[in-house]
Amino acid sequence: MFDTALSANDLIFLAKGAGMTIFVTLIAVFFGTVLGIVFGIFRYQVGPVIAAPLTFVLDVFRSIPLLIQLVLANAFLGMVLRLGLSGLTVACIVLTLYTSAYCAEIVRGAIESVPQPVRRAARSLGLSWRQDMTNIVLPLAIRVGLPSWIGLSLGVMKDSALVYVVQVTELLKSTQILITRLQEPLLLLMICGAFYFLISFPVARLGGYLEKRWTHD
Amino acid sequence: MFNYTFQWKQALARLPQMLDGAVVTMQVALLSMAIGIALAVVLTLFRLSGSRILSGIATSWVEIARNTPALFQIYMAHFGVASFGIHFSPWTSLLLGITFNNAGYLAENFRGALKAIPDTQARAGRSLGLSELQAFRFIVMPQMLRISFLPMTNQMVWAILMTSLGVTVGMNTDLYGVTQDLNALTFRTFELFAVAAVIFYLITKVIQLGARLLARRMFRY
Repeated sequence: MFDTALSANDLIFLAKGAGMTIFVTLIAVFFGTVLGIVFGIFRYQVGPVIAAPLTFVLDVFRSIPLLIQLVLANAFLGMVLRLGLSGLTVACIVLTLYTSAYCAEIVRGAIESVPQPVRRAARSLGLSWRQDMTNIVLPLAIRVGLPSWIGLSLGVMKDSALVYVVQVTELLKSTQILITRLQEPLLLLMICGAFYFLISFPVARLGGYLEKRWTHD
Repeated sequence: MFNYTFQWKQALARLPQMLDGAVVTMQVALLSMAIGIALAVVLTLFRLSGSRILSGIATSWVEIARNTPALFQIYMAHFGVASFGIHFSPWTSLLLGITFNNAGYLAENFRGALKAIPDTQARAGRSLGLSELQAFRFIVMPQMLRISFLPMTNQMVWAILMTSLGVTVGMNTDLYGVTQDLNALTFRTFELFAVAAVIFYLITKVIQLGARLLARRMFRY
């Protein structure tokens, strides 16, 4: 039972897949967060009526399976516009927009959690909108938003397992390739699952810890 | 405008087949949700039981479900379990994978909801002569389910979206599987998946609207 045909080369192949997972996740989380903050602040500032088109588009990203988003984007960019982008680029674009849709919601919720009187007080003390945003809203809102943002980042890492559909070989896909070759699904899946778990679990715990700490004071 | 001829008719002609797929998608999602809620209640009981083994089982279930991709869980239910000589059909594997995921996430939601229910209520129930299980069943659980109704709606939407992963284990009767098969037949990738996307969007909207109406009807005082 403990015999295995798994060689060092295969482990390197898996590590490359893991590297791809992390790379795609970092790109998507970074740009997605930047976009999400912009969208979130925009939605909060202009009110629900004017922001309705943006709200709708972001809602679409949250209501359609990521797999379909990837296939659609790939077909649209590749077959309709004929841009000739690589699968990795398409995956990064889609995951970034996907992340920004969730992030905008978190940002908006976090800004709304800052009580209006606090902000009015800041403005009447002579702070500009920008100063109010950076010195009053940011420190208060980040306590509400950060735990959910950590959850979102981990969610994106887990969802990045779907980018195989645009020919990006990330961790789960490389595991599957090895399964086809070595016919040892249980061992390989265990390795793959352990990798996701080892990244996700400590970070999730950190998020839980921050949430607990910050809600008490 | 584009150097591409859209052929929506071809996609729309397949709409009946895709709607049949949508029905399968909803069946799997609803079933996984129903079993998932039941399992999550059991996991919550395990956690409350005070037994180290039972709460250990519950905690590892929740942590694995929450910290690995759903696709991994479906693979595990299909290929992983197969190494023990148990072969599930794609439909069963998909259901098992999503149910495992749902139960884990819901159990965590329930734990959050329990914090909002004062201990004194269960104790009052106990002193009125209810057994521990009765106190949970009649006093704690109804409130727990009520508080976590919104997270449950979100999880339901997630379950719908997760059914699209069944295609990786060979499922071809759900909405995504049907669309993929049609795509192999006609090569109208963009048109077909756009239609599928619209159907998915409508399903999630119907669920969210339905949940809102249901909540208004159930939770009025």
